Amino acid sequence: MNNSDFLLLMLAMGAVTYLPRMVPLVTLSQRKLPVWFAEWLELIPPAILSALIAPTLFAHSNPRVFSLSRIELLAALPTLFCAYKTRSLAGTVIVGMLCYWGLGLII
Amino acid sequence: MIKNKNIVKDGLSAAWPICLGYFPIGLSLGVLAQKGGLAPWQMAAMSILVFAGGSQFIAVAMLGAGASPVAIVTTVFMVNLRHLLMSSALAVHFPDVSRRFLSLFAYGLTDESFAVNLTRFNQGNWNRYSALTLNHAANSTWIVSTVTGVYLGQLVPSGTAGVDYALTGMFICLLIYQLRGPIFTITALIAAVCSVLAYIWMPGNSYVIIASCLAATLGMLLKRTMRKREANS
Repeated sequence: MNNSDFLLLMLAMGAVTYLPRMVPLVTLSQRKLPVWFAEWLELIPPAILSALIAPTLFAHSNPRVFSLSRIELLAALPTLFCAYKTRSLAGTVIVGMLCYWGLGLII
Repeated sequence: MIKNKNIVKDGLSAAWPICLGYFPIGLSLGVLAQKGGLAPWQMAAMSILVFAGGSQFIAVAMLGAGASPVAIVTTVFMVNLRHLLMSSALAVHFPDVSRRFLSLFAYGLTDESFAVNLTRFNQGNWNRYSALTLNHAANSTWIVSTVTGVYLGQLVPSGTAGVDYALTGMFICLLIYQLRGPIFTITALIAAVCSVLAYIWMPGNSYVIIASCLAATLGMLLKRTMRKREANS
């Protein structure tokens, strides 16, 4: 990706980041979102995060096949537990990295 | 003059926990971006134009995986839709405020600044210029920490102590933060199943968008059905 393509991508990302923050503040200040839409929006972040992680844990990338024996999946178990117990972002990332690294040495 | 000084001071003193939280996250984003091949100026451009931590992590991961620009922009858009809610919730606290102020304020609306500003507004005594100061203090910290991270990344060789797993670890923790009730957990599980199936059956990167839209829709319908059933019984 060359520099001007990169900047174009950043501008597009910036626009889709800025507009949802700005439009309601400036225009819809008195009106409210329909309830079903608010409930749908609320579920989008966990859905996206889960959809991003799942293939890394459960599938090989080349070729794309289902797998239950990836190191990524094994390391995810203690990482999940740590996130759930401590709720610490830095702590979870470190535990995840150490487990992934350690399991890589053993297996 | 003294009044203005206090307004800025109030904003900064409310901002410091956010800045403290942003710094390590910004550093780790910078390190990952460097591993994904981004230069310091590219990181700076991204943090200035796209001030959104979660989206930036996702963008770095997708850039590294060679995803198409359209897929990246669509995913970032989906992730940021939640700010529609926050922006609407804050709007009531800005009656008769100029569009110019609101346009500038909106730039710094993140999950964290939203949470702190809304709490302060609800407590009363919160000046909108203090709120603006808070947003920009958080933004400056973010830009500095992400660019510093890129320089730091040049010192850390890839593969060191599981650095390749940092992004997955980060997403796992962010996901746990999002699971605020059974319906959230069910939605996340549906998204995971759909995502893996779409990933295996379809080429390209559309699996994230397809799976998350489908899961959020099913989750929303399930929630509404359960509420109706409760109301009837």
